Amino acid sequence: MNTLEVNGQQIPTDEEGYLANLEDWTRDVAEAMAANEDCSLTESHWEVISFLREYYQEYEIAPAVRILTKAIGKKLGKDKGNSKYLYELYPNGPAKQACKYAGLPKPTGCV
Amino acid sequence: MVNNTDKKSFITPDASVKLSIPEIEESASKHLAPFKASAEHQAALGFPDRLIDNWKDVAIEKLGELSGKYRGLRVYLDSCVNCGACTDKCHYFLGTGDPKNMPVARQNLMRKVYRRYYTFAGRTVPWLVGAEDLTEEVLDDWYTYFNQCSQCRRCSVYCPYGIDTAEVSMAAREIMDTIGVGQKYSNEVIGKVHKLGNNLGLPGPALANTLEGLEEDVLEETGVAVKFPLDQKDADILLVTPSADFFAEPHVDGLIGYAKVLHQAGISWTFSSTASEAANFGLFIGSYDNMQQIASRIKDAALELNVKRIVFGECGHAWRVAYNYLNTLAGPFDFLDPKYPMPQHIVEVTYDLIQQGRLHLDASANDDKRVTFHDSCNIARASGMAGIKGGQLSVPRDVLKTVCNHFYDMRSNTIGEATFCCGGGGGLLTDDLLELRVKGALPRMQALQELHDKHNITHMAAMCAICKSQFAKVLPYYGFEMDQIISVHQLVGDALVMQR
Repeated sequence: MNTLEVNGQQIPTDEEGYLANLEDWTRDVAEAMAANEDCSLTESHWEVISFLREYYQEYEIAPAVRILTKAIGKKLGKDKGNSKYLYELYPNGPAKQACKYAGLPKPTGCV
Repeated sequence: MVNNTDKKSFITPDASVKLSIPEIEESASKHLAPFKASAEHQAALGFPDRLIDNWKDVAIEKLGELSGKYRGLRVYLDSCVNCGACTDKCHYFLGTGDPKNMPVARQNLMRKVYRRYYTFAGRTVPWLVGAEDLTEEVLDDWYTYFNQCSQCRRCSVYCPYGIDTAEVSMAAREIMDTIGVGQKYSNEVIGKVHKLGNNLGLPGPALANTLEGLEEDVLEETGVAVKFPLDQKDADILLVTPSADFFAEPHVDGLIGYAKVLHQAGISWTFSSTASEAANFGLFIGSYDNMQQIASRIKDAALELNVKRIVFGECGHAWRVAYNYLNTLAGPFDFLDPKYPMPQHIVEVTYDLIQQGRLHLDASANDDKRVTFHDSCNIARASGMAGIKGGQLSVPRDVLKTVCNHFYDMRSNTIGEATFCCGGGGGLLTDDLLELRVKGALPRMQALQELHDKHNITHMAAMCAICKSQFAKVLPYYGFEMDQIISVHQLVGDALVMQR
């Protein structure tokens, strides 16, 4: 079983570090995942994570990249509503890396 | 050689040198086995949830069953003469140098077991005929190297006997699933299709929300109210497209292109929330049952929505399955309008509309681009289009040349029937195989680099969701930008002069 250590507790994950149980998510979990990948979470990162979590709660899936960029553009300004900006924040891809930190399952299929 | 910063570090090969046969390096890619399917993923597909106790007997029996049932497989296992024509034709061999990625060596992993148990010579004098027992070590090799085959079938083009390694790797994966050893990526995806209708796991309400968003975007960009209908009964066309088209870039720009074309042509069409996926990963794991179940959703949706035609979006292996097997798997489709081909590809629809003069296209809209085309393996080597010989190669090019003034083809032994796989096909588009994917893309990257040096190519167009995601990921490893891969129908949509 793969785990992530957060404040001395072992949280179960899959082989790639995505949470095994979505309800285990806390802000500390996101921070620990990011730290493992040498990424420090700024306010801009948190905007993305919050939107992903809100969208997931309503639709049970991460939003399409286009929906995400549009939402971020509305919140942070049009110059940031594009995938280039999101890739600067999340170099391994907003859909995968940001989903992981947000505690969502990894998007599957031909993506 | 470029060192990249990925955590599991490896060296990206150099694409600026000419394609050549690499130095052999034993076991160079032995460490690249994908994650195994969990008990839950296996059970969802009706496979044993772990390696069963009597796995050896069951695997040998299954091999006998498959080589008896599929005559092609048996001929492939019996007829190889070790001529070597295939040895330097596989992109994974060219990219890794691992001799077990030579197609003949990959086939031999199964052939030696087949000989041992199913030929007279192999049963009596195995050491003379390269026959070997099925052991744990052999099974490990099967899992690793049959999951390093993207089933692209390039090797079969060069084999004088037409031996198709894809069929061998499909059979191997089926045997492994039968004994409880599945591959996580493919089996998890198939489970999602059975449960939610698509590879992504996109539920109906999320799909509806996504399509509404696209309607708003296109209206804002063009001033034209292009619709993206969902579950609209009595539409003329049911459009079945990979779910990546709803989700990812550059896929979604192609999806917008399909909608613009159909809107401009005044054709009524719809997506289905139950058949919201063109892909059929049942093919990749060689499972006829799963393939049939996935294909049947499309027929059920077509009947329920009372459509007249079924059209497939830009997905490589979906078109192979549709073109070759849909009728066998889920037919008859006699309820559809016989005036149209069943199934039809979206690029055929666009091509026909262009021939009929029903689209107003202005290629100068793409004058900022210098474009080439990547033939996707399953389309190029396993399908046809428009009833024209080689139409699957000429139709997309004719469309591209109509919508782009600057189109150039890559070197002839890397395109068309000889096309190189993107490096991520056949169920290998998963991050746990990233090193293999990057290295397997080498031959395509070399051809692209060569053309780029001559013509300053800005974009490579493709018609397959896997190819698009794979290139978006691996292009940066070779010094290109991720957005240099583009959907064919994005170029069409951008050139389309919208009139209402």
